[in-house]
Amino acid sequence: MNYDWQPLLLTFRLAAVTTAILCVIGVPLAYRIAHMRTRLKPVIETLVSMPLVLPPSVLGFYLLLAFSPQHAFGQWLEQWLHVKLVFSFAGLVVGSVIFSLPFMVHPVQSGFEGLPPSLLEASRTLGKPDSVTLFRVLLPNIKPALLSGVVLSFAHTIGEFGVILMIGGNIPGVTKVASIAIYDEVESLNYDAANFYAFVLFAITFAILLTVYVVNKKWLKAGGHD
Amino acid sequence: MIEIALNKTLTGASGKFELNIKTCLGSRSFVALFGPSGAGKTTLLRMLAGLDKPDSGRIVVDGDAWFDSTAGIDLPPQKRSIGFVFQDYALFPNMTVRENIVYAAGGNGKDWINELLDMTALTKLGDRLPNTLSGGQKQRVALARAIARKPHLLLLDEPLSALDPQLRARLQDDLRSLHDRFGLTTLLVSHDIGEVFKLAQRTLVLDAGRIVQSGAPAEVFLQQRLSGKLNLHAQVLAVRREEVVQIVSLLVGQDIVEVIASDDEVAGLQPGDAVTISTKAFSPFLFRKG
Repeated sequence: MNYDWQPLLLTFRLAAVTTAILCVIGVPLAYRIAHMRTRLKPVIETLVSMPLVLPPSVLGFYLLLAFSPQHAFGQWLEQWLHVKLVFSFAGLVVGSVIFSLPFMVHPVQSGFEGLPPSLLEASRTLGKPDSVTLFRVLLPNIKPALLSGVVLSFAHTIGEFGVILMIGGNIPGVTKVASIAIYDEVESLNYDAANFYAFVLFAITFAILLTVYVVNKKWLKAGGHD
Repeated sequence: MIEIALNKTLTGASGKFELNIKTCLGSRSFVALFGPSGAGKTTLLRMLAGLDKPDSGRIVVDGDAWFDSTAGIDLPPQKRSIGFVFQDYALFPNMTVRENIVYAAGGNGKDWINELLDMTALTKLGDRLPNTLSGGQKQRVALARAIARKPHLLLLDEPLSALDPQLRARLQDDLRSLHDRFGLTTLLVSHDIGEVFKLAQRTLVLDAGRIVQSGAPAEVFLQQRLSGKLNLHAQVLAVRREEVVQIVSLLVGQDIVEVIASDDEVAGLQPGDAVTISTKAFSPFLFRKG
């Protein structure tokens, strides 16, 4: 049977890029929030958590408006960066990063908050700048949390549908990811193809989660840190 | 010499109170900070380390201002030459004993690190992770790590409180010899009078945020030196009747003694009560232990 693997490859490419970007912006953000003491903290936490409760179509709608070349932001993007985000892979990445943000930030934030404050303080009394402490003391001690963040963001992006439906445009090879392809094939009554995509997605996400639980358990046993 | 003049409003069990400290620590001196829980001892230590911010005041170490509220100076802990031993030791779980010390020692060479490990009897434990160590071993690592940078001021927050008496005694000796060997200025927070007596040249007694007494431990704690009586504070463990007398088992410090008492003395006495044993001390025998 010759199935088109492209939607699946696109899905994993989107998930990988999104997760990589989330590592870079999500971990520092989680660190800042974990150590924040101002009254602004609940507001920031709420903003970060919104994608958990917001219907994907709401986010998709606002992104569509924002990216649209007929509105201010979209116009600015096209003028200055020559980038059109609507109906593009880059647009999907932006949408996915926003939508999967809480999946990276929450576990990592919990990880940081679970560390005894005396670790950071001890490192400071030893003359180390906070950036050194972050990389040599804090991050190594929240490995399970980091792993959770990476895996959950990755898995969540694989499963994204609503946002991509709104801003993707279903362009084969560009924005037609596996979740959209399944929908598409079902609409066209190609149940075989739909089943193929659905099964592969199921199998891979199952394998990913299983790996996480097994590795986490091993880490905890070996005296790892939660 | 370390000049300290600090003020901070703290919230305690019975409401807010002012922490008002004004004192000097001599260079290379060993000073103990003694007082009831909640008096502000840990807060004082943390303010000296730069971990907590005083409301106002100054900290001047050998002429350098570490904190001066009027001049807007507040050096972060990284810029203060301190070693801090936390009550929970705060060892880095992801690093071995050696790595913990290497992390602390910065640029100082391998010889220094080996010397530190040797002095704190940790050489054989160099490759162990903190979660595999006993309390006493962790304390030694925390101590070695705190002095790895050869700091001006060593701050210890009840580092021995979780250890049993024999281990505690050994580590007190280690602490004293490290202090002497490196000419450190040490400030030790302790609840244990025996420990204070053994280690400190000077004691600051803190109560409700103020220094209520200051001086050599003997001056501060021994009040009835001229009365000729021997007074011991003890706790009643058990009272039992043996034929015509009462026998009271008492805990004196770390020792258990049994004394004979009359019915009146024993009336109303319950296990757990605090009592004073008083006797005329003509010339009791003193034996060296061990």
